[in-house]
Amino acid sequence: MAFFAATGVRIKGIAAAVPKGIEDNRDYDKISEPERNLLIKTTGIATRHVAEKGTTTGDLCQVAAEKLITELKWDKSEIDLVIFVSQSPDHFLPATSILLQHKLGLPKTTAAFDISLGCSGYVYGLSVISGMLSTGGFRKALLLAGDISTHAMTPDDKSTWPLFGDAGTATAIEHDADGKIFFNLQSDGSGANAIIIPDGGLRHPISDKTYINEEVEKGVVRHRRNLWLNGLDVFNFSVREAPANMKALIEFAKINAGDVDHFIFHQANLLMNETIRKKLKIPVEKVPYSLPAFGNTSSASIPLTIVANLQKQAQSPQKWIFSGFGVGLSWASCYLETDSIVCPEVVYI
Amino acid sequence: MEDIAVFIKKIEGEIDGLTPGTLTPDAKFRDLPEWSSMHALILIALSETEYDVSISGEDLRGCKTVQDIYNVISSRS
Repeated sequence: MAFFAATGVRIKGIAAAVPKGIEDNRDYDKISEPERNLLIKTTGIATRHVAEKGTTTGDLCQVAAEKLITELKWDKSEIDLVIFVSQSPDHFLPATSILLQHKLGLPKTTAAFDISLGCSGYVYGLSVISGMLSTGGFRKALLLAGDISTHAMTPDDKSTWPLFGDAGTATAIEHDADGKIFFNLQSDGSGANAIIIPDGGLRHPISDKTYINEEVEKGVVRHRRNLWLNGLDVFNFSVREAPANMKALIEFAKINAGDVDHFIFHQANLLMNETIRKKLKIPVEKVPYSLPAFGNTSSASIPLTIVANLQKQAQSPQKWIFSGFGVGLSWASCYLETDSIVCPEVVYI
Repeated sequence: MEDIAVFIKKIEGEIDGLTPGTLTPDAKFRDLPEWSSMHALILIALSETEYDVSISGEDLRGCKTVQDIYNVISSRS
């Protein structure tokens, strides 16, 4: 079991940036009105922010990071670790984290690398940074998590287009002798096909068949460089595994679930998240949502939910559980306590 | 697990536009005019929260009628 606790780390700030462009699901005319109403009611997603062509995930994370560094009054020369978590990087290579080390004006003494994960990525990224900071060898670190998932989507696929939004986030984490974060990390590659972009990697390189559209069912037209989502399998996986993972984390951390102030779930689908909440018997006010305004923002969903909903509360001591679950299949949760998190307003660019 | 009549009432409560008392055990749920693919998610959620039973997309694909779904859930509860 991948349980561990990292000591000597604490989150000091979180910022988020989203594109100004809005897609409103009430205007999505590829499906009938009753179907549209049911979709919005079930998924909880009314609007989404969609990046223009030419904007990258690195661009969004850069804006969030600059905002956060300014608000925290951090000296850039003291940032010695940058991790970028995404499944929509700026390039195949080099790693986006390294491009951002330069663009953010960080010193060459900064360690930088990418992690390729989506829905679970924020918690995984936090676990790697926490492990490194706990050694005492690093002072200040940035976790940059974001995705422009819409790059791989088409309005002709009703199973993905109304669900996803784009966002980039930055989280500042500092070495702090009294801080401690507990983690429970899991994976199951047998479910790889549940969420996949089939072509474009080395297994299935871009070919003359890649961009041929296929109608899989009514309202689901896609090609092999689009994101394919098997909603039923992901739903079943999430409501089965996420609660069990969090229950095990709570046991491992030896905490009382009732003492946790906020449960921040990956923002996938309202019905899914509410099912998870009910299975864990968590009061509704402890589970905030960014879904209605931003949709599923992949690796950015947990920090974006905090910035969009809990700016004020985050300024005082809080106890949190974060839970990410999805593409991989991969899922993870963590328990942490914070004293005061700097949370500037969401930046629209 | 409860009687299928109670189960059917719960399903009727989840599908907007369905007149209560009209759904029968042998109804092919995908043929209902009110049926949408979104209702499959709603059924999985209902099974999890009401019966603490996990049903997969594969399970549902193997079901044709309301009775079939009831049988899958009741065999695991």
